[in-house]
Amino acid sequence: MSALLEVDQLEVSFGGRVSAVRGASVTVERGETHCLVGESGCGKSVTALAVMNLLARGARRSAKRLAFEGQDLTGLSDAGMAHLRGNAMAMIFQEPMTSLNPAYTVGSQMTEVLRRHKKTSQRAATDRAADLLARVGITAPGLRLGQFPHQLSGGLRQRVMIAMALMCDPKLLIADEPTTALDVTVQAQILRLLAGLQRDLGLGMLLITHDLGIVARVAHRVSVMYAGEVVESAPTAELFANPRHPYTQGLLRCVPVPGKIRRDEPLGSIPGTVPRIGPGFEGCAFRERCDFADATCAHTVPRHAASAAHDFLCRLPA
Amino acid sequence: MLQFLVRRLIVAILVAATVMTLAFILTRLSGDLAISIAGPNATQADVEAVRKAYGLDRPLTVQFFDWVGRAATGDLGESYFFKAKVSTLIGERMPITITLGLTGLVLALLVSLPLGILAAVRENTTLDRVVQMVALLGQAMPSFWLGLILMITFGLQLGWLPISGTGSWQHYVMPGIVLAFSAIPALTRLTRAGMIQAMGSDYIRTARAKGLSRASILLKHALRNAAIPVVAIAAVQLGFMLGGSIVIEQVFALHGVGFLAWESIGKNDFPVVQAVVLVLAVIYVALTMVADLMNAVLDPRLRGP
Amino acid sequence: MSVMSVTAGPKRGWKSVSTWIGALIVGIAMICAIFAPLLVPHDPFTQDLSKRLLPPFWMAGTNPDYLLGTDQLGRDYLSRLIWGCRISMLIGVTVTVVSALIGITMGVLGGFLGGRVDDAVLFAITTRLSIPVVLVALAIVGLLGSSMHLLVLTLGLLLWDRFAVVARATTMQVRNLDFVAAAWCAGCSRFRILWGEVLPNIASHLVVVATLEIALAILLEAALSFLGLGVPPPLPSWGLMIAEAKDYMFFSPWVIVIPGVALFVLVLGINLLGDGLRDLFGARTDP
Repeated sequence: MSALLEVDQLEVSFGGRVSAVRGASVTVERGETHCLVGESGCGKSVTALAVMNLLARGARRSAKRLAFEGQDLTGLSDAGMAHLRGNAMAMIFQEPMTSLNPAYTVGSQMTEVLRRHKKTSQRAATDRAADLLARVGITAPGLRLGQFPHQLSGGLRQRVMIAMALMCDPKLLIADEPTTALDVTVQAQILRLLAGLQRDLGLGMLLITHDLGIVARVAHRVSVMYAGEVVESAPTAELFANPRHPYTQGLLRCVPVPGKIRRDEPLGSIPGTVPRIGPGFEGCAFRERCDFADATCAHTVPRHAASAAHDFLCRLPA
Repeated sequence: MLQFLVRRLIVAILVAATVMTLAFILTRLSGDLAISIAGPNATQADVEAVRKAYGLDRPLTVQFFDWVGRAATGDLGESYFFKAKVSTLIGERMPITITLGLTGLVLALLVSLPLGILAAVRENTTLDRVVQMVALLGQAMPSFWLGLILMITFGLQLGWLPISGTGSWQHYVMPGIVLAFSAIPALTRLTRAGMIQAMGSDYIRTARAKGLSRASILLKHALRNAAIPVVAIAAVQLGFMLGGSIVIEQVFALHGVGFLAWESIGKNDFPVVQAVVLVLAVIYVALTMVADLMNAVLDPRLRGP
Repeated sequence: MSVMSVTAGPKRGWKSVSTWIGALIVGIAMICAIFAPLLVPHDPFTQDLSKRLLPPFWMAGTNPDYLLGTDQLGRDYLSRLIWGCRISMLIGVTVTVVSALIGITMGVLGGFLGGRVDDAVLFAITTRLSIPVVLVALAIVGLLGSSMHLLVLTLGLLLWDRFAVVARATTMQVRNLDFVAAAWCAGCSRFRILWGEVLPNIASHLVVVATLEIALAILLEAALSFLGLGVPPPLPSWGLMIAEAKDYMFFSPWVIVIPGVALFVLVLGINLLGDGLRDLFGARTDP
């Protein structure tokens, strides 16, 4: 059986000048959480938007393969894609404060997505909405359905977004930094909620984040992105235990571990900044900041497999 | 909410009071009213008689407060020329002016909203630039001249529409178009700007992610938010149209309130002029309050937690 | 990340064709206005009833001495057009100067001082907006007789609202910026801050408002003159020319078309220039 979501060599550029994604490959299986992690500007959000075809008007997308449940997405018209969105593929975003329409009630925004994709009466849709609100841990769902977004806190709004995403029983949930804009305590709650929902509903989840802590907590597989490319991809435990790409190694060094870090030790950091990649760029994007770089890094970089499920993009031996 | 309304009401009353004062001063500017009324052939005795008859011999402050007091109860005085109550005169002609104003507003919205939406959806394309140019052209058009050109073309050369008076709905078409021209530029720009902003917002991204239809995203989600300031401005534009209708009414010989004011200026009929200024100002203030109310009705965030 | 368009924007500022067209039109108008006595082929006031209602050069029966024909009193239309341009520009500029002085002072004081002063300014603006401008202007001129001075004063006293609103809004924005606070701390007096820090920074917005106000004043004066209560005849205001042509518009339509087109083109040119300036100065408030 094919994977839930297959992305192979995805490329996205804006206005023909800025290459945001230069060959990203990600696979999400049913019931699996795959985290796409990287710093700001590495192209992880763009990848997620490209999968859903939600990019801005001037964006160009191409891929060797982009398929959902075996069905090719690249040739799909916007109407065809709209049929999948909110239905079998759902997405939630980073800013819960602004992601809901202020002019309509929570209930109407939730029921409209169900009524759009499946023939449902208003009654049935409202009942399902109330069920899902309860499912995501919102008390007094009946009350909340009649409220407007501005009457809810950030954490509540994000729960509403999750519930709304689940209205049509999606197979795939894409979450773009769902907890970044929330308080730390609320973050933990939302993550627990997402993990629980995934277990119960058998969802496949593509979770975008910059926080390695979140990766460690919820991800089954991780893909590390840098400057528009996936530089390393592995099961979570394997990545943390045995990082092969110098960037991943640098990232893990940057995370201070309580108990292990000594007081007079400087915090780890990766010198330099992310380069801006134009079209026609060759070689490894990380070479300016890498301790192991040599002349060959300016040309094509091979992808090595460290083990069956673990590959990375570097000239260094597997 | 209630507190807000009360505050606006107080401001409205103060504005009306100020306008009343200004209008009173306005009509007393030309010096001795009695002489103007009595006419060029009057003798000194005639002028004195007029002065007494119209109460113009009383001190100015007394005249002012007398007028204010009566106006507050709806008695706007008596016309020097028509020998009828001013309030009756205005009341008879107001429907025409209001019909004209509403026609203009409706036509303006019928043009501005689709154009604004179209320009926003096709932002930065040729169509967008054409729409913006149309808005600019409308802004530069002298309304009275447009009225005359329309009259020549559609009234005389083509004979499709009547060129003066009121009598049927056709009489309001050309004047309505001219009036609409004055509001279309602003409303189109506002709709366009509002839609562009709405379409770029996060909740529209969510709507797209939900797989909603294009029509639903555009009209149900984006327009609903973009329309809020447009509706408010439309109410204010109606106020401007009612106040500025004097030129159109003169060109098309529509006997509305503006025309009445025009005639009265020519005849030095001060009570009428005073009263019309006051009435138009009060209507404008009322419309701004309506605009605020519409804002509150349409935007749930303004209604309070 | 929001779903914004990344296509190339329209050419703005210097590169925009429309701005250059606007500048050209305004340039021509200014030349006409300043050099009118030298440019007019005939005296705009001389009547010659033997030559009344001659058609312009593109129609039959035209007289080459009178390029744009003559009006109903035999006066050369081109000359009257050029002179009318002078009147329009003169009124436009003087009215705008008066209204700018009033409006900017009020707006800046209200925006900078806040509190009661601002309340008073806002109240004045609201009151002014509720007054029917055309009606009041007509009434004043009707009662006191038409003269250039009265006209300019009246319109100037009625058209300051946009200046006040923009001056107030921009002053409030600037007031909160760091360099104003720095000037405060350095011990500058309020007046110095207003003159030296606030005004230079709001100037670009006000210039844009000024161009739009000039256009508005010109249109308003034309409307008043059309109704006979604007510029005193025989001065050839375009509005007056249109009014005089009304009686003949069915038989000699060019008499009404020409001044109207001139008015339209001038106002359009000023607006185009104003928009271009707005883009140039970055004083845009809407996309």
